[in-house]
Amino acid sequence: MSSAPTAPPRPAGTLYRGREGMWSWVAHRITGFAIFFFLLVHVLDTALVRVSPEAYNDVIGTYKNPIMGLGEAGLVLAIVFHAFNGLRIILVDFWAKGPRYQRVMLWVVMGLLVVTMAGFLPRHLMNVFGGH
Amino acid sequence: MSAVADPKAPRASRPGPSRRTTRGNFELYGWVFMRASGVVLVVLIFGHLFVNLMVGDGISAIDFGFVAGKWASPFWQVWDLLMLWLAMLHGTNGVRTIINDYAERDTTRMVLKVALYVATVLVVTLGTLVIFTFDPCPPNSPASLLPSFCTA
Repeated sequence: MSSAPTAPPRPAGTLYRGREGMWSWVAHRITGFAIFFFLLVHVLDTALVRVSPEAYNDVIGTYKNPIMGLGEAGLVLAIVFHAFNGLRIILVDFWAKGPRYQRVMLWVVMGLLVVTMAGFLPRHLMNVFGGH
Repeated sequence: MSAVADPKAPRASRPGPSRRTTRGNFELYGWVFMRASGVVLVVLIFGHLFVNLMVGDGISAIDFGFVAGKWASPFWQVWDLLMLWLAMLHGTNGVRTIINDYAERDTTRMVLKVALYVATVLVVTLGTLVIFTFDPCPPNSPASLLPSFCTA
């Protein structure tokens, strides 16, 4: 083969590279990682019920200030995305037409995420900022 | 074009490992566990969030009395125990995958994974003990902090 050197071929397109499939994988990984570390802290704070009612109430009280309230909204957003996208992954893996519809299913996930947060956020923000 | 079920992190290729890195079907069982536990966790965690953050006054109503009221019922004890174990194992396996993907040196991987497994064992053990040894009416605590059934 003595043809002139040409630019290396672009990587073949795959299901995941650089598009919705890849970015949903990145988001799934980041949300999962963040949720895990919250979970470690959350088991420890709940374990304070075994110390005394006062100790538990003191620490859980910090979850009720507005900044933590917004953090909880972010946590729920991460959990709901991870949950719905996880179900999408299961469908991609086990449903015969899953790979063909993986992109559509991501937009279904995003739609369900918006609907779920629209149900959750007003209620939660009222509980956090409602002046109890 | 086929679906890649569990793609690795994008990075430059390099020589493959010099030793076997899988033990029997462990990775297959892990893959199945992530999907099976994931489905159950969606139900458990959505229920947990709904009851604790949406019903009544949500986060602002959570205190010792609220937790004691829930754990007075075996239903919530089992719910929370199942959630603790499944979420911790699901999360631990996820973080294990992340460590395997990004920690390139053998010693780094080993140290991170030992730290992860120690944290997992401690947290699962602590959480399990708390659920089973919890006293909703601890003596010498002001009645105003306890659930109403303690004084009834």
